[in-house]
Amino acid sequence: MTLNSRDRYRKFVEWANWTGMLFCTSVSVFFLVAILGYVLVNGASYIDWEFLTAMPVPAGETGGGIANALVGSFLVVIVASLMALPIGIGAAIFINEFPSQGFGRTVRFLAEVLTGVPSIVVGLFAYALVVIPSGGFSALSGSVAYAFIMVPIILITAHEALRLVPDSLREASLALGIPKWRTIMGVVLPVSSRALITGAVLAISRALGEAAPMLFTAFGNSFWNVNLTKPIATVPLLIYTYATGPYEDWHRKAWAASFVLLVVVLFTSVLTRAFLRGKSNE
Amino acid sequence: MARDSEATLESMNRALTGVKPVSARRQLVNVGDRVFYLVARSLALLVIVLAFLLVADLFRGASESIRQFGLKFLIGTTWDPVAHQFSTLPTVIGTLVKGFIALLLAVPVSIGSAIFITFYTPRWLRPVISYPIELLAGIPSIIFGMWALFAMVPVVRVVQIWLKAHFGWFFLFDGPAVYGVGVLSGSLILFIMITPIITAISKEILLTVPRAQIEGMLALGSTKWEAIWKVALPYARIGLFGAVILGLGRALGETMAVTMVGGNSFALIHSLFDPVHSMASQIASEFTEATYSLYVSSLIYVGLVLFGITILISLLAQFLIWRISKGKIALLD
Amino acid sequence: MNSETYAMNDLKDRKLAVALGKASEAASADNGVRMRVEDLSVYYGKVEAVKNVTMSIGTQKVTALIGPSGCGKSTFIRCLNRMHELTPGARVEGTVLLDDQNLYGSDVDPVDVRRRVGMVFQKPNPFPNMSVRDNVIAGFKLSGIRDRKILDEVVEKSLRGAALWDEVKDNLQKSGASLSGGQQQRLCIARALAVSPEVLLMDEPCSALDPIATAKIEELIHELKEQVTIVIVTHNMQQAARVSDFTSFFYLGELVEFGETGKLFTAPEKRQTEDYITGRFG
Repeated sequence: MTLNSRDRYRKFVEWANWTGMLFCTSVSVFFLVAILGYVLVNGASYIDWEFLTAMPVPAGETGGGIANALVGSFLVVIVASLMALPIGIGAAIFINEFPSQGFGRTVRFLAEVLTGVPSIVVGLFAYALVVIPSGGFSALSGSVAYAFIMVPIILITAHEALRLVPDSLREASLALGIPKWRTIMGVVLPVSSRALITGAVLAISRALGEAAPMLFTAFGNSFWNVNLTKPIATVPLLIYTYATGPYEDWHRKAWAASFVLLVVVLFTSVLTRAFLRGKSNE
Repeated sequence: MARDSEATLESMNRALTGVKPVSARRQLVNVGDRVFYLVARSLALLVIVLAFLLVADLFRGASESIRQFGLKFLIGTTWDPVAHQFSTLPTVIGTLVKGFIALLLAVPVSIGSAIFITFYTPRWLRPVISYPIELLAGIPSIIFGMWALFAMVPVVRVVQIWLKAHFGWFFLFDGPAVYGVGVLSGSLILFIMITPIITAISKEILLTVPRAQIEGMLALGSTKWEAIWKVALPYARIGLFGAVILGLGRALGETMAVTMVGGNSFALIHSLFDPVHSMASQIASEFTEATYSLYVSSLIYVGLVLFGITILISLLAQFLIWRISKGKIALLD
Repeated sequence: MNSETYAMNDLKDRKLAVALGKASEAASADNGVRMRVEDLSVYYGKVEAVKNVTMSIGTQKVTALIGPSGCGKSTFIRCLNRMHELTPGARVEGTVLLDDQNLYGSDVDPVDVRRRVGMVFQKPNPFPNMSVRDNVIAGFKLSGIRDRKILDEVVEKSLRGAALWDEVKDNLQKSGASLSGGQQQRLCIARALAVSPEVLLMDEPCSALDPIATAKIEELIHELKEQVTIVIVTHNMQQAARVSDFTSFFYLGELVEFGETGKLFTAPEKRQTEDYITGRFG
């Protein structure tokens, strides 16, 4: 059977599109490789024990480390989680376990919309809410900013996790004469715990990488600080400060800090993936 | 035997005596449930309260500047802290231009990738390709900024200089090419950042296209591409549009990467090489330098405008994606 | 006995009596009738799924509810332990008396009703996050009772009562979900028995099981009725004939006929009953 010219044209179109889309996919993968590779190569060489455990030295000098920022990030995120987890999970429980005309759906919708708020605007919010009344920058205001970013993520993932729990389990518990709240705490939450934890980890990992909200809340600190009411150093903000600074050594440190941040983010991403896949196999 | 069973049941009932029945005079639903309900409801209400608080605080913070400048703020072109004159048109334009250029580049690449992954890759290969792309979506913007500043900008600078030398008569290439930072760099890094997000969501949406419809087309003798073009894309078009809008929202709100490579100047742009602030990068750069209240208030006003634009876009995206999936797909940025 | 109050003494004495197998003592005050339903009508929104049903449930007897799909028997049985009202839009009118107390009285807590009237569901639903042992005593644990010795006694007694003890006694720590289908259902029965209900409702308990498991459970029902009054919904007429003492035939939401099983199956009074039994419609 001979191909007429129309068929040849169609085959060509098919081939051309396939090639085009392969190109597009390659572009995406290329950038991933380029970015990861660059950070890994430039950052890994500077990492050593001193980098991770020492305090920063005066500007321009070599040596020293980012210990204060590592601890600072950790602290700010922990406090933020203490605020965000009860709100996010509590609201998700309300939406899923106590169905109410439109209220629950409104809250869920609001959460989805809130995920689109630029993080710099969240920083402004935390500034207005905490920094102005308290008269100064503080780790706490940074935590508030992070919490605001985390709540929608936790709420949405927790809601989805609760939805996955079959109603038959709730019925079994209620039919035993167990009150609803104990059913939720003793059956629904444990059964969905895997997905709940995954959501929390996702939110934490997202907050850890955010620099913009820290610009005028936690503000940064070249010294050691674990006092929540004072400014504190965080890793992403430190990367920004060092990267845009004039010193070569600062640039190297920025790469190394980026490496650390990247490792943490990638690690949590792989972890949550594995967790979720494990759950779906049950 | 009877003694044993009596003893056992005695102990059983001792166990049950710990359980208090509700006396007739107390409320119908037991106390634990009531308290739990109230706590859960308060937390849900708190989410709504926080959202309102956000908007309220933005308005309050911007109020001084709003009172001073009103809506002229949005169309003026002066930003002079010394003269206490503020307005935001150039940064709005800067934000929108960078966002749309990024979108222009991102849409074909991300939807093309999504189509490729969904329809042209064997099942087993799919996670291998899409997983790295989704990984990219989770990388903090500061790291994108680092890479853009140190790796991308030097390359862009070279390209810009070449373009200006050969095509400098074209208005787009008639600008300060040597900077490296500017609209082009800003748009490029935004493009790289939003592509994974649009790809991931588009892939999910394309996966919901019923196989039966595509196979029907193929059975009629169409090529794969024709089936996609004529069946899959029209079916998924609303969702894909939503994914694109979501990506745009991300691009407009992005701060760190754009601050580092988008240029830090306040002026109406006329070429791709001009450095210009986006709204987010202006706030990021100047907020801690703002020394008096009108200055701060004006920056918050800028934040309010940014918020307004991104919320509108986010609402649009939510609505579209909700429409196509009827709420079944949970979106996470 | 004052039907307005619901004192602890009544509960304890009755449970003791039932548990000790002296159900006749408890029953003697009730004229052999454990539950009585009067003019029960059940609505889903505007749809009337059960229409004005009046019937009695005999003490220590097995009462079967049969009828074609959608006839309202499942809806009806779920009203006996106030599970039906968990469905949004559900409404119940009428009276359900358990030993002269109206379960739908305005001062009655549904949680307590469900402790006195237990339920086993169509699809076995053991709690996947708990071991076999913890599943059995879930009704206790989730009410906060922790005394190990007591709980161990309850575990053995309930599992023996459900004819499952010998099969699992060496594997009490295994997950509840790791048992076979038939074992899981017997585990659910043990779980329901553990809280010493006065009545046990069974909603098509064998329809998800293989014939061997079904036979085991039918045998179990024979033994169980010495301790608890049983109401069983089944779409399998032969099963109803095998296990029950009394049978109710439901059709389109109405109770068409009620009587002793032997009589209803051999010499039904109503034409509809005879048509259903002889398979003229199903």
